[in-house]
Amino acid sequence: MRTLVMMAMLGLAAGAPAAELKLEKEQIRLGFIKLTDMAPLAIAYEKGYFEDEGLYVTLEPQANWKVILDRVITGELDGAHMLAGQPLGATIGFGTKADVITAYSMDLNGNATTVSNEVWNAMKANVPADAKGLPVHPIKAEALKPVVDSFRAAGKPFKMAMVFPVSTHNYELRYWLAAGGLNPGFYSASDVSGQIKADVLLSVTPPPQMPATLEAGTINGYCVGEPWNQQAIMKGVGVPIVTDLEIWKNNPEKVFGVTKAWAEKNPNTHLAIIKALMRAGMWLDANNGANRKEAAQILSRAEYVGADYRVIANSMTGTFEYGRGDKRSMPDFNVFFRYNATYPFYSDAVWFLTQMRRWGQIPDSKSDEWFRDTAKQVYRPDIYLKAAQLLVDEGKAKREDFPWNSDGYRPPSKEFIDGIEYDGRKPNAYLTQFKIGLQNGQKVEGGNVVAAR
Amino acid sequence: MSSQRAEGLSMKTSHAVVPTPPAETPATPPERPAAKPPTARRKASLERLHSVLGMVGLGFFNPLIRMARGENPRAQLTELWKALGAPLIAIAIFLFAWSRLSAGIETSLGQIPGPAAVWQQAGALWADHKAERLKEEEFYVRQEKRLTERLARDPKADATIRKYTGKPTYIDQIGTSLKTVFTGFLLATLVAVPVGILCGLSTSINAALNPLIQIFKPVSPLAWLPIVTMLVSALYVSSDPLFPKSFLNSAITVMLCSLWPTIINTSLGVASIDKDLLNVAKVLQLPWPVRLFKLVVPSSLPLIFTGLRLSLSVGWMVLIAAEMLAQNPGLGKFVWDEFQNGSSDSLGRIMVAVFTIGFIGFLLDRVMLTLQNLFSFGRR
Repeated sequence: MRTLVMMAMLGLAAGAPAAELKLEKEQIRLGFIKLTDMAPLAIAYEKGYFEDEGLYVTLEPQANWKVILDRVITGELDGAHMLAGQPLGATIGFGTKADVITAYSMDLNGNATTVSNEVWNAMKANVPADAKGLPVHPIKAEALKPVVDSFRAAGKPFKMAMVFPVSTHNYELRYWLAAGGLNPGFYSASDVSGQIKADVLLSVTPPPQMPATLEAGTINGYCVGEPWNQQAIMKGVGVPIVTDLEIWKNNPEKVFGVTKAWAEKNPNTHLAIIKALMRAGMWLDANNGANRKEAAQILSRAEYVGADYRVIANSMTGTFEYGRGDKRSMPDFNVFFRYNATYPFYSDAVWFLTQMRRWGQIPDSKSDEWFRDTAKQVYRPDIYLKAAQLLVDEGKAKREDFPWNSDGYRPPSKEFIDGIEYDGRKPNAYLTQFKIGLQNGQKVEGGNVVAAR
Repeated sequence: MSSQRAEGLSMKTSHAVVPTPPAETPATPPERPAAKPPTARRKASLERLHSVLGMVGLGFFNPLIRMARGENPRAQLTELWKALGAPLIAIAIFLFAWSRLSAGIETSLGQIPGPAAVWQQAGALWADHKAERLKEEEFYVRQEKRLTERLARDPKADATIRKYTGKPTYIDQIGTSLKTVFTGFLLATLVAVPVGILCGLSTSINAALNPLIQIFKPVSPLAWLPIVTMLVSALYVSSDPLFPKSFLNSAITVMLCSLWPTIINTSLGVASIDKDLLNVAKVLQLPWPVRLFKLVVPSSLPLIFTGLRLSLSVGWMVLIAAEMLAQNPGLGKFVWDEFQNGSSDSLGRIMVAVFTIGFIGFLLDRVMLTLQNLFSFGRR
């Protein structure tokens, strides 16, 4: 039924599949951060998918996530590789306020948490080992707790870095720490350091600087995307202990973000970009990852991620190395298309919003309707399906690869490290299940969690 | 450099010589028999080459020329040793020590690259540049094909040729850096020379501006850049900007840091004009534009150029830092990007950039020295 409506809506395009979209803008500048999950952009460029759409795209690496968001908002960039939380954070006004939307989710998973060698040696005793003497995964934060306690007893703060206040990494790391009984700290309207009542002090470091900062001893660990965890092993400065897919199986990660105003002004250009990205995603996941080696080769070029091929290949080709030589098979570490990875689910947006509320980035309680409406304002499956329809009509994609009839919510899932069930339709009920985190009606004031008046 | 000064070449001749290429070959005659005139010609051309080399600051080749001219070989050999031999040996020792020491240092990006590894990276960057140019050509071929198809479908369709979208290569980045530094330097000159002349002409203006100059002179580019960035993004609003903002940010930062040597030297030059000359001008009741352009500016030119030379070298140094922060696609950004990449080739590539920066800085200095010498009308 829905597809029929879609066909009717697309009228012309569906009738004449060869017709080119009339682009409002052909010359496009897209920003990215040097991380392997920018792969869809690099592939869409290198494989000519952008050019097939009549787009002349320049890809530009950016210094950090704040720069990327600011430059998209000012219009210096047409769109960018963004953290899933960025369009949401910008729309609700946490940090820079602007209407940013996403109609394309770039990937699932792809992050990990690394601690310094010193911390790993101290926590190793708390981690159960298998018959071969290798640590049993997933490692829970309970194993880290004694180390944090000993740091605190010695009067030293235990510091970890993530990449941005509204990044997936921040929420994953907080989720993992809190699941192991460690408080990662709260935000309040007047104190946005996120370190109120914290056992572990979290701060922001740009992804490519993580290994160097860890090596310098400024931080004791970090949560970041690839290749910066594998880089820590190669450089011998740290040990990755937990991946994000162990914290939340198949969690959404980066998105392709543009401002709402840009999308309204350039609807066809937006569709064309998404079509090219979809084809890149399909290419990346085709034939069980047969193209991943080539992808890793492309990403290792200096203009993209630029790290050594072997470092990038470690996580891009279906494996993940936890300790030096402890390489394990992890086919789902990077997912670029399968499992409907690219569809912008409302439930994914709602999850990020629940975590923003849990840690005080959203200072006051909100109704379930508010969560739903905010998600619908930012996540735009309607645009996504239009682009998908065009590809199907052109014979470049298979109809069964897209969730045409989804209402935007994934089914409830318990695949989290603490086994707590998440149902995107009931965000407030979900939040009551956490021992650490703000509860309904609570807020942070003067460094304390208090009941709102 | 001392040799070139000792020689005391006449500025007049060198002036006339500059455009002719300093080539020895045309002087060598094809036929043997006519021996006499060619030797004289050869001597003359050697003389010219000698003065040109001296003027552009490559005086260390001069002992060779003097030897060819038949001057006291022994003295020339000592001179040659000092000017050419000793530096070459120092460079050899430097390369040797570098390759030995670098092998022993293990960083988290692998070993510090030795001379061989750096040379190899330089080759890789060149190969990369050529490969990118090839990709560019293919890009235009593909585009042309697409546009013809589009026009065939709809003759009224938009068929604007779009510029190549690939990354800037190392050579492109050198080009951007040079463009940026000269823009900043030009802006600085346009401001600094008039201000310097005013300061030199009037002791009151000099007294008024001196404290400001002294306060702003030592400020690092890193402090200026955030302010410049904010100002540029507030004032330079355009939907289709002529220059990218990052380019303006770096150029203006370069300008702010390279103003000072020119201002100070210009005012000094103007202030130290022979008072008799000014008095004569007064007696003759020359109008002020004539006084300014026939008297003040020409007689302070040597010091103005000293100032400009210092300014350009400051500007070049500042530029690299500014580009790193402003993300202007030049050598500074190249260094920063490679540091971020953290691949095993990164350190080698950064070293290539270090040498490129040094070498270009040296060349810029020589260019300015040549100009300075050209305008030092017989003063030396």
